[in-house]
Amino acid sequence: MTGPSRPSSATDINFTFDGKRYSARRGDTLAAALLANGIGLVGRSFKYHRPRGIMTAGVEEPSALVTVGEGGRTEPNTRATDVFVYDGLVANSQNRWPSLSLDFGAIFGLAAPLFSAGFYYKTFFGSAKRWMFYEHFIRKAAGLGNAPTESDPDRFSQRAAFCDVLVVGAGPSGLAAAVDAAEAGQRVILVEQDEILGASLIRDPQELYSVWVQNCAERIRAAGGRILTRTTASGYWEHDLVTLTQRLAEPGQVPHNGVAQRLWHVRAGQVLLATGSIERPVAFPNNDRPGVMLSQAVRTYVRRYGVCPGQRVVIATNNDDAYLTAHALQEAGAQIVAILEARPAPAGQGQNLPVFNNAHPLSTKGARHCLKNVSGSVDGVTKSWDADLLAVSGGFTPVVHLHCQAGGTLEWNDAAQAFVPAQSRQNVKTIGGAAAPAPVFNATPVAPAKKSFVDFQNDVTLADVDLAWAEGYRSVEHLKRYTTLGMATDQGKTSNMGALARLAEKQGVAIPEAGLTTFRPPYTPVTMGLFAGAGAKDAGAHKRRLALYDVHAAKNPIWQPLGYWFRPRAYPMAGETLADAAMREARSVRTSAGLTDVSTLAKFEVSGPDAVALLETICATTVGKLAVGRGRYTFMLREDGFVFDDGTVWRIDENRYLLTSSTGGADRMATHLSYVRNYLHPSWHVSVVNVQEHYAGIAIAGPKAKSAVAKLIGEEPPRHMSTISAKIAGVSVLVLAASYSGERAFEIYVDARNAEPVWTHCETAVIAEGGCLYGLEAMEFLRIEKGHLVVGGEIDGRTTPQDLALDKMLNKAGGFIGASGLGRSALSEPGRRQLVGLEAIEGSIPEGSMLVTADGKSPEGHVTASAFRIMEGGSIALAHLADGFDRHGEELIATSPTRGQRARVRVIAPHFYDSAGERYRD
Amino acid sequence: MMLIHCPHCGPRAQSEFVYERTVDSVAPTDATTDQAMQTLFTRNNPRGVDDEIWRHSFGCRAWMVITRHRVTNEISHVRAVGPETLP
Repeated sequence: MTGPSRPSSATDINFTFDGKRYSARRGDTLAAALLANGIGLVGRSFKYHRPRGIMTAGVEEPSALVTVGEGGRTEPNTRATDVFVYDGLVANSQNRWPSLSLDFGAIFGLAAPLFSAGFYYKTFFGSAKRWMFYEHFIRKAAGLGNAPTESDPDRFSQRAAFCDVLVVGAGPSGLAAAVDAAEAGQRVILVEQDEILGASLIRDPQELYSVWVQNCAERIRAAGGRILTRTTASGYWEHDLVTLTQRLAEPGQVPHNGVAQRLWHVRAGQVLLATGSIERPVAFPNNDRPGVMLSQAVRTYVRRYGVCPGQRVVIATNNDDAYLTAHALQEAGAQIVAILEARPAPAGQGQNLPVFNNAHPLSTKGARHCLKNVSGSVDGVTKSWDADLLAVSGGFTPVVHLHCQAGGTLEWNDAAQAFVPAQSRQNVKTIGGAAAPAPVFNATPVAPAKKSFVDFQNDVTLADVDLAWAEGYRSVEHLKRYTTLGMATDQGKTSNMGALARLAEKQGVAIPEAGLTTFRPPYTPVTMGLFAGAGAKDAGAHKRRLALYDVHAAKNPIWQPLGYWFRPRAYPMAGETLADAAMREARSVRTSAGLTDVSTLAKFEVSGPDAVALLETICATTVGKLAVGRGRYTFMLREDGFVFDDGTVWRIDENRYLLTSSTGGADRMATHLSYVRNYLHPSWHVSVVNVQEHYAGIAIAGPKAKSAVAKLIGEEPPRHMSTISAKIAGVSVLVLAASYSGERAFEIYVDARNAEPVWTHCETAVIAEGGCLYGLEAMEFLRIEKGHLVVGGEIDGRTTPQDLALDKMLNKAGGFIGASGLGRSALSEPGRRQLVGLEAIEGSIPEGSMLVTADGKSPEGHVTASAFRIMEGGSIALAHLADGFDRHGEELIATSPTRGQRARVRVIAPHFYDSAGERYRD
Repeated sequence: MMLIHCPHCGPRAQSEFVYERTVDSVAPTDATTDQAMQTLFTRNNPRGVDDEIWRHSFGCRAWMVITRHRVTNEISHVRAVGPETLP
């Protein structure tokens, strides 16, 4: 049983590390390739910038973090042990300047006493000025890799799958379980985070192991099972849903078909966790030096990769497993200098090996790049050995993450000094080594606590744990947050148990009584792009096109997002700015006529004998008295009495109504209507149909609107707030006479599929009257001047009908949603912000600005929308002002410190134009 | 992500559903102000089983009442509501 030899071959591939070119063998992890090239120093630590090397051979690696890839494919904080080398791989070390070897940040290591547990919180005491000073340096000094600045050119996909049995981990137990399930006729998915199957069998090969593994894989596939390698079960969610993250390309690698990773949502009938265990480091001073590695990792490098990380080796252990490492190293030609065995008596594996019983490591010495000497205590006597590798084994921590994420409980296994899965809440079972870890000898650290690292990634030492205890942190959850233990990207895979044991020791209790922190997904870090999947980049929110999109696009408007749509903001002519164009369009509406697309408004057709009952539940105004062919303004309240939307309601026929409401609130209104209709009043005879996109809407407004519409429909247009059916260009239309602009205006609704000829006729008619098209910007100017409300502006979810001076319209009979809420006394107390108008005395009123009485006073209101008087000029605005109804005539300051703008304003009524409403009527 | 058995569509992923509110927080429109505020804002929030109103928004759009254990997420009952469930 010898490990694979490592001949150099023609298939060697090249990679660079910190700009230097090296070669690797196909199948090497970056860590294996670095070790093969004799590179011991791989990175600098998070806080103290201590030199760090490779500690493990798996995803648990806390120290050897590198940045892999270039440009948008850059992946920081990649574990060198969890990336397989491909030709052209570019890796760079992190958290060092100017170079890994010569790192000025290492000065922080000298200042280590200042950066002890909770140092960050301690900087909060004292003056804020000093804190701002510290903060600058702390942010600069502490950290790992830098996030890429370019966007990721690759795609990420998502896929759903179902299976009867999901097996996580392709070691001996997982493979055997997957074969059994698949051959019993169950749909099986087997996932393995490694590139190849076998797990512990790769490290500790039995006779013919590769044949057996190969055979298992073939049998699983033959029985219809699916095997996913390079795939991590990263989260266990409710009802046996497991998310898998599959790497289709290695970090930084150009993917074959453009897809770098895939996220699987697997709903499983049963989940078998064969996740094995993670070896624990041993805490003693300078245990973080490059050259100190976990024992199983050393064996993996020797046997799997044919790389011997050292020639003179000291091993420190509290269990039998490390002797396998000693044998593997000897087979590879290395010399075992000493085995520091924590157990007091010989255990039987140590024939021909220099075993010292009752022995513990005490410290290491060496250079930045390597280990030179290990000292240890043997029966209380200090000895030292020259060595270039120290392999440590502090026992094994079962990987119980998924079991715990699934809501399972743990129990303490005293022989193994480890937590193992106990009760499961979901249909999940842990098998193999994770359920039954190997026994170890319980050794409490005897070495000094200073520089005895437990969390290598966040630079937490035993001394930090002790300090947290001394400062009164008793709960393990508090300890975690105060020291940041286990909060790094490795989530404490190698560190939590060591710290927990220390805390238990301090408390004088057994480890299980000290408690455990919560295991949360993901098991290993997940790229953000994977969550977005196909929804990344522009596909995040769907874009809907107006029925008349092409008509507008031909005119090259400035577009503006509104709800799910883009609507023309203005139609500038050559040389016009947005403001110029919008003002020209608005003036056209005030003086002749304008045409605009209002298709996106929410529209619902409510019909049936109980239509009025439904509408009078939804709307806070009366609907029942409406005559056929008439319409009116309405608004809707939340149950707590605040206005949440507004619109119009039209009686089209005896039992048929059209309800319109805001574009942005369309989905919310649809759900609200459905809730009231289906949940609150299932027995009502009423139907609600969402016709938002069934109809396109065209608005014609202005003093010449009536004559334009009369020519279009060939009959007398309806009077204000009336509706008729008519035909334009041979197409049936519904003409509503309603005005948002303050002018005589009409909204023409037409089946969206036939909208284009109707629009064309309307456009011709409006232009014939001397008018033009107008966009959202002009519409905003017009409605502000008129004092009409907008949802999201004046209707901001914090205003009642009283605040908006709408209370005279309230349905006196009550019974509508929000009627009970309106009765709250707080809603009629003085000091509420009320709708007012503002006109500038000096300066131009900034939108969103605060209203203050004098410099330095607290704001008493805010500007919701600002514009200019369309014909006369002059800055005006709508605002919410405390007790505003009684403050007309008062002078205030409208100030926007973020924009550095301010204006002196006078409070007036929120109607700047035709307050009597005479222009609506003929 | 839970697996919810829609009474009309069968087992579907939770992402197709939208939670509305608990059954006990539905206030009648003719409630007094105090009753309504009590119902809306002073709810039981039990550490255990509760009846919740959900909607299969990205499926059949029907409403239902789901009896769910709020710690274990065990769903013991799903009841269809709406006009189609009336006799």
